[in-house]
Amino acid sequence: MEARLPTGAEKLIQCLECEGVEYIFGYSGGAAMPIFDALVDSDIELILVRHEQGAVHMADGYARASGKPGVVLVTSGPGATNTVTGLLTAHMDSVPVIVLTGQTISSMLGKDGFQEADVTGITYAVVKHSYLVKDPADIPRTTREAFHIATTGRPGPVLIDLPKDVTQAPCDAPFVDEVDLPGYSTPTHGDPEAIRQAAGLLSSARRPLLYVGHGAVISNAGKAVVRLAERLRAPIVNTLLGKGAADETHPLHLGMLGMHGTAYANKAVDACDCIMAIGARWDDRITGKLDEFCVGAAKIHIDIDPAEFGKMIQPDVAIAGDARLVVEELIQHVEPSDTREWLEQCQTWRERHPLKYARQGGLRAQHVLDRLNHVTGGNAVITTDVGQHQMWAAQFCLATTNRHWISSGGAGTMGFGFPAALGAQLACPEKKVWAVVGDGGFQMTQAELATAAIHKLPTKCLIINNNFLGMVRQWQELFFENRLSGVDLVGNPDFVKLAQAYGIKAWRIRRSADVDRILSQAHEYDEGPCVVVAEVVKEDNVFPMIPAGSPISGMIIEKPRNPLARPTGST
Amino acid sequence: MTSATPITTDLQPVTGSTRRESAPDGSKKPLHTIALLVRNAPGVLVRVAMVFSRRGYNIESLVVSPGAREGFSRMTVTCSGDPSILSQMIKQLTKLVDVVHTIDHTSTDSFETEIALIKIRCSGEERREILQIAEHFKAKIVDYAAESLILRVYGGSDKLDALIALIPKENIVELVRSGKIVMARALEKT
Ligand SMILES: Cc1ncc(C[n+]2csc(CCOP(=O)(O)OP(=O)(O)O)c2C)c(N)n1
Repeated sequence: MEARLPTGAEKLIQCLECEGVEYIFGYSGGAAMPIFDALVDSDIELILVRHEQGAVHMADGYARASGKPGVVLVTSGPGATNTVTGLLTAHMDSVPVIVLTGQTISSMLGKDGFQEADVTGITYAVVKHSYLVKDPADIPRTTREAFHIATTGRPGPVLIDLPKDVTQAPCDAPFVDEVDLPGYSTPTHGDPEAIRQAAGLLSSARRPLLYVGHGAVISNAGKAVVRLAERLRAPIVNTLLGKGAADETHPLHLGMLGMHGTAYANKAVDACDCIMAIGARWDDRITGKLDEFCVGAAKIHIDIDPAEFGKMIQPDVAIAGDARLVVEELIQHVEPSDTREWLEQCQTWRERHPLKYARQGGLRAQHVLDRLNHVTGGNAVITTDVGQHQMWAAQFCLATTNRHWISSGGAGTMGFGFPAALGAQLACPEKKVWAVVGDGGFQMTQAELATAAIHKLPTKCLIINNNFLGMVRQWQELFFENRLSGVDLVGNPDFVKLAQAYGIKAWRIRRSADVDRILSQAHEYDEGPCVVVAEVVKEDNVFPMIPAGSPISGMIIEKPRNPLARPTGST
Repeated sequence: MTSATPITTDLQPVTGSTRRESAPDGSKKPLHTIALLVRNAPGVLVRVAMVFSRRGYNIESLVVSPGAREGFSRMTVTCSGDPSILSQMIKQLTKLVDVVHTIDHTSTDSFETEIALIKIRCSGEERREILQIAEHFKAKIVDYAAESLILRVYGGSDKLDALIALIPKENIVELVRSGKIVMARALEKT
């Protein structure tokens, strides 16, 4: 008997196997059935989620924790549109995610067939690239290109829309190794002349500062950044997403800068005379009021994406290249200058304005996260959701290891933290993984408790429950005369019982005295997922804070007595 | 019908750098002429257009057609806006996977041209005058009907503007302009 040709779907799965895919995060449906069918005979493990948004966040968490692309498979129409938030999240934070969407049969395209959606059309704005495959013979080439584009240069999500007739038809196209993309190139080594100029600026600076972003995480530049800082004797600050690249416990590290960064990091930014962005994009959370940002300082910008140069800040020197390679080359060229006074100044700021929180008046989120930092000792992967808990976690949980800190930065997507932690856990089965989430965001993707339970993932979910949409409530308190609107989460479920309903172990922390004991128990628990619900004081605020659109000098370190003007910056 | 400004009738259009144009909204922002070499792939036009539309920028004219190499197309876009923002948008265009390169030809030495078809309602006296204008601009009458004429004219966009300005608005039944195409002079890359 003659062997039959593989179907397009089988070919697709073979291509994914060639790419080294271990997991597919998916949710089935009519238009994707040939692909799900092909998965039955594959070694790739399907992680059946409970909502497609969760699938993309899991793939995203998997990718951020491992550096390998995360793969999603969903059906057409609503299945595909449910991935859009996840795509935006991955796109904003440059995460390699491949989303495969089933589509109605080619002859029905554009005819409003059942569960047809113009998926490539809907997602243009949130992908690095996308494909609508019209011919089964294109499957190997398209898959290879998609993985290449998603993982190289500035990574990002790539979507492949696959009509059902294409995945059902026979496909004997050969596998493809090389890609032919004449419009796509990615810089690696920086221009030597630009590197020399940057080295000159850094060496002659009296108050140099290294500002580290997600690009340093992606290129694994952290160790080189620390070496450069030590050679220059320059302090380091990092963005929310830059956490973990350079060890935050290093004496030269001043922690996170920006809207809720440490006071000493922001004071250093305001006072430096030379600032070098390493894989960071001068985001509005960082710069505050743009025309007052680092006015007198020389600015150096290292980025793999030249479209970032001059977008927010006009750099004195721009170096297009891989952050690690460029920093390693820079180390060869810099001469240390006398920065003793500068480092002393930074140390004084650090001592005068430490991060602090109230120790009385009920259980504090900051206390819980401070102790989480202690319990994990920097040896756990921490993911967060979005809101106050995210900022407190960023302040108190110091990241020492690359890819140990995972948070939705650019998009600020509530609902990200918990599924991202599950993806990270699959990427790092031997590591402890904690998700730090708010009661609001957790409820957006809490259905994934089932996914965690079924796969017995030993992920720990710490719910900071203040019964409010805390971050928005904070803004209303500070800038809108405390006129609370749409922030009271009355009606929250009992999260302990909710977890138990899925057969998941859960603890509740009510008193500060119980924090260490319960966090340690949860940290050691490895029979499956567990949930810790910290019932924290309802009204507390994240400080320091630079109101959106304010210059860095407008930083509020403690709660002001007088009402503040409404912020002029975006959100 | 009077001509207010001296007009070029010469078939050689002037280069972009020497001509002052302004956006139709009356703002004095110069029009930029941007040339792209793109892969002839589905969706490439949308991706290019979205770089403009996400900032609320309007594309003034757009010409897309196959290039010399199979599988590649040429696009010429004209658009007005702050030069520093446009230069950032050009980087974002270049970043698109299907875009091979993007060049702003606004201040480069380049040859630009455009074609217009103008359908004009006219008879008797009016017609004679239109024919005179057409001859002056070396426009060709491509359709000669009892009540109307179609003029085809090509050249620099300002020449087309000048011709159109001479024809009374109420007589213009239809006007179709191709949009500008551009090519760098000598062996420079477009
Ligand atoms: C999907 C989504 N919707 C709305 C917002 C706006 N938003 C930002 S923070 C926040 C409050 C988050 O509340 P919660 O999850 O309880 O965390 P907390 O701030 O209380 O720690 C909201 C609503 C968002 N970032 N994402």
